[in-house]
Amino acid sequence: MTGVTKMKWYAKTYIGFIMAFLYLPILVLIVYSFNESKSRSYFTGFTLNWYKQLFTNDLIINSLMNTLVVALISSVVATIIGTAAAIGIMNMNKWLRAAVMNFTYLPIINPEIITGVSMMLLFGAFQTLFAWLGENTGVNIPFQFGYVTLVLAHITFNIPYVILNVMPKLRQMDKSIYEAALDLGCNEWQAFTKVVVPDIMPGITAGFLTSITMSLDDFIISYFVSGPTSQTLPITIFSMTRRKVSPEINALSTIIFVVVLAVLILVNINDARKEKLLRKKAGGGSRA
Amino acid sequence: MKTKATAFPYTIWMVIFIVVPLLLVAYFAFTAQVPVEGGLAGETRTVFTIDNISQVGKFAPVLTRSITLAAIATVICLIICYPIAYIISRGGGVYQRTLLMLVMLPMWMNFLLRTYAWMTLLEKNGLINRFFGLFGLGPFEMINTGGAVVLGMVYNYMPFMILPLYSIMTKIEVTTIEAARDLGADGLHVFLRVILPLSIPGVKTGITMVFVPAVSTFIISRMLGGGGYLLIGDLIDLQFLGNAYNPNLGAAISIVLMVLILLCMSIFNQFGDEEEMEGTLL
Repeated sequence: MTGVTKMKWYAKTYIGFIMAFLYLPILVLIVYSFNESKSRSYFTGFTLNWYKQLFTNDLIINSLMNTLVVALISSVVATIIGTAAAIGIMNMNKWLRAAVMNFTYLPIINPEIITGVSMMLLFGAFQTLFAWLGENTGVNIPFQFGYVTLVLAHITFNIPYVILNVMPKLRQMDKSIYEAALDLGCNEWQAFTKVVVPDIMPGITAGFLTSITMSLDDFIISYFVSGPTSQTLPITIFSMTRRKVSPEINALSTIIFVVVLAVLILVNINDARKEKLLRKKAGGGSRA
Repeated sequence: MKTKATAFPYTIWMVIFIVVPLLLVAYFAFTAQVPVEGGLAGETRTVFTIDNISQVGKFAPVLTRSITLAAIATVICLIICYPIAYIISRGGGVYQRTLLMLVMLPMWMNFLLRTYAWMTLLEKNGLINRFFGLFGLGPFEMINTGGAVVLGMVYNYMPFMILPLYSIMTKIEVTTIEAARDLGADGLHVFLRVILPLSIPGVKTGITMVFVPAVSTFIISRMLGGGGYLLIGDLIDLQFLGNAYNPNLGAAISIVLMVLILLCMSIFNQFGDEEEMEGTLL
């Protein structure tokens, strides 16, 4: 094993180059978040002003809040619908399952711009439909591009990720444990919540986390379905890149970057520790 | 647990928000608004037409450019990422986790901002040109070129190539490679006869995961290519939210893009196998 873990010098150099390529723009962003002037080409002096101003910039803070709220609501709903769907799909016959799964893959395979545009047309049609209903039946349902359309769209593109994360766990699950719970006097709901859910929990969590990540970072679909009052952070950033990106955004990204880095490092350390413990338990550390 | 009913809400959701919207795209693509004869000013009726689709032909150069640039970016991505994925997959424990984390981390930075940072780097008096200027070189024409667009694509979609490659390569047992060596294969043969064939599913997934977003992007081309490198994505955006407002034509271009991608996908014959797909998504 030792021969494999040791990297050759050319491998190290190569990885070094790639990391430099990956992190160069990020370094630029971070450095310019401390830049005194608003210029994005010259560094004139060190300042923490942008970090202070960030918290008073309503546009940025509001879009950050919108992003978080939309991501949270849509991920929770998507996780519930998606988990239920995964269980149902597992019980379908082969033919039906294949058909449903093909449609599930559609939003993932399809370019985001097509999903965005198609949803924009759908919500446009909704508007026409509700206006017609209002005129002809007196039932007035206010429907505008905004929060609602954003959340609906985000739920839609998040559900497939939940399903794809939960399905493998369901497949791995030992069905006899569920049947044993029934034999031992659980009703179906109890058996589900006490046996199935804990068993597939890692998949549900992974699906939820994937959803949140996708939601937070989504620009293209949100761009087509958001209204003027419900801008998410990526949309605000986009409108800034057309004119001038204010350094507060750099400051915010730096903060986000540091937070994510810290979380990842903690998770990493935790994993490493668990692994070590497992190895010790296995005795002798024969693989080490 | 024996019931299919739990999938019911999802099925309804899927029909309303996935199937109907795509049908709407098709509907828009094959219809047009024409003025009603003798009607009020501005009054229109919807007619069936294939004009929109045939108009897409006018944009053939844009289509070709999109495919070319995306294909170049995909190939470069594959060449750059294959060794990285291999190195990461052969590393042990902490090393592997750290490298994987470093590859994923940039994805948490908004991609618009990262692309914007590339503008800062590539500009005429940007950081790279000023760096070369120190040695009396340049300035080089870097931004607003096809090369810059390809660079943006490679940069943004690299993790999508590394991850599927990595996940397929970790499945290659060390013992398999050792066996090949014991049987007399040298480094080159081990690669050509063992590692490469075993990693082909990852290569296929990686190619689709890079090519699809690259061929349909509209931000990278606009930011790094200036106005001169219009891609299919830009065309669609212009028809729906831009100055060229014409949703019918936009829908027609979308249909063409979808057919194009489905064609590419069927060539690679990916996504057919459920198991394979699940392994590659995070």
